[in-house]
Amino acid sequence: MSTGTTFGAYGGRYVPETLVPALDELESAWRELAADESFHAEIDALLSTYAGRPTPLTRVERFAPDTRMYLKREDLLHTGAHKLNNALGQAVVAQRLGKRRIVAETGAGQHGVATATVCARFGLECVVYMGSEDMRRQAPNVERMKLLGARVEPVEFGTRTLKEATSEAIRDWIANVDTTYYLIGSCVGPSPYPELVRELQRVIGREARAQILAVEGRLPDAVVACVGGGSNAIGIFSDFADEDGQILDAHSISAGLDYPGVGPEHAQLRDSGRAEYVTATDDEALAAFHRLCETEGIVPALESSHALARALELDDRLVLVCLSGRGDKDLGEVLAR
Amino acid sequence: MAMPDTPELAAAAVDAGADIVELGFPFSDPLADGPVIRRAGERALAAGMRTARCLECLAETRARIDVPLVPMTYASLLDAYGWERFAQEARAAGATSLIVADLPCDVQPELRRIQLVAPTSTDERLRLAAASTDGWLYLVTVTGTTGARQELAPTLAPLAARARSVTDTPLYAGFGIATPEHARAAAELVDGVVVGSRAVQAAEAGTGELHALVRSLRNALDAAAPVT
Repeated sequence: MSTGTTFGAYGGRYVPETLVPALDELESAWRELAADESFHAEIDALLSTYAGRPTPLTRVERFAPDTRMYLKREDLLHTGAHKLNNALGQAVVAQRLGKRRIVAETGAGQHGVATATVCARFGLECVVYMGSEDMRRQAPNVERMKLLGARVEPVEFGTRTLKEATSEAIRDWIANVDTTYYLIGSCVGPSPYPELVRELQRVIGREARAQILAVEGRLPDAVVACVGGGSNAIGIFSDFADEDGQILDAHSISAGLDYPGVGPEHAQLRDSGRAEYVTATDDEALAAFHRLCETEGIVPALESSHALARALELDDRLVLVCLSGRGDKDLGEVLAR
Repeated sequence: MAMPDTPELAAAAVDAGADIVELGFPFSDPLADGPVIRRAGERALAAGMRTARCLECLAETRARIDVPLVPMTYASLLDAYGWERFAQEARAAGATSLIVADLPCDVQPELRRIQLVAPTSTDERLRLAAASTDGWLYLVTVTGTTGARQELAPTLAPLAARARSVTDTPLYAGFGIATPEHARAAAELVDGVVVGSRAVQAAEAGTGELHALVRSLRNALDAAAPVT
């Protein structure tokens, strides 16, 4: 029994008792798997033969003429975003736990598509909860999930976005916890999920570090990313929890970034000063989106465009940006502006 | 659910035979709740029922009834308000204890409260919850969220038996108990029943409806064989 890993003052487990035994089970399975070479070998093989890893590092001289900027190309991963690293790994975990039904939440639909993809790959039942407002904004991804055999459950209350979709996915998990694995999409949620997701996504940093050392012979001065869980929103949506603890509705042009939460480790990194969290407006992200399209022939996800917008302003000599996904899904929203 | 008319509703429920009144403090993301209580919470928040106002509502309700009065809410409200401050002010306003739906018994153990256990709880967790609970143990009858069900969950009987084997603490069952039939069946297994969603629904229809519901539940419980 444990109350879960915490990150400084952040993290832990604030869930109904019904889920605690499942979280304990997941945590102990995860501890065993983390030390199990066959588990890592299975995931490495899937990442290279199915997902398309390693992804390249691309120098963008025309986009950023005043600095040496490199993009880590997660947009080139199968399904078009970094989400697949996590979904593949957790699907392997679910199978080792003997769970054949997967529930997930999705905002922009990238995590839903990644989850539907791995469920198709492994023959698992897949139910994805998605706010009806996000379904409207991200219709192509809804169709993709359905093509992949997933059931997409619209969530019709509250903001009709990721916040409510997450709550509904967890309610489904509460009701079906014996048969169901909850495949969370970001480094949020009750322990051990934040740590589990971080470990599955570390492959991005591991590769990028080796790649930039190979071409530049040194580490970058700055690493810029849009933070998972819609969580580079920590600045845009400055008060996630207001003075009463009610969770405020958040807004972004980009579905999936309008999640009013942040992974506990990010909160700790901010407090310790090890990472800096800044904001970009919708207009700034859109400008960066168009600039990358026109100067480099790369269509970035709107989420990643927030990171690109801030990265352009840095004084640093050598900058690494995580291009977390491709922007095909966002064309409708961009062209409507 | 805390609303301006709650004191009057609570008085009607007690008049009809309620032994304990649970008072919801609304939360924006109530993970343990089904649609009825979620919607009631949304309406309460839209009506301005924030923590400070809910505490006033608690005091106003306390002035009308003299049975135990238990606020029920979520951890985020206490975290924002201050755990100890919330507990103190709720007590001062007349709260008998506290239920926090997303606070497992091993988290914030120093906060005195009624602990919840579920069909998925291990015996070890049943023991831990029973040892720290405040007065009675809340048995969640189902693996699921709050809301009326057709039948009393078959998971209650084995949970009640397991709980009895580890504690002498009174056991009250809730989640999915909506009708006099459910209440009578549950009363053969446990020492009390909690009716939430159905009571919220009745309260939305007015004090008369709530009074009639509670009276029918009371009669069913009084007719049930006492737990041996």
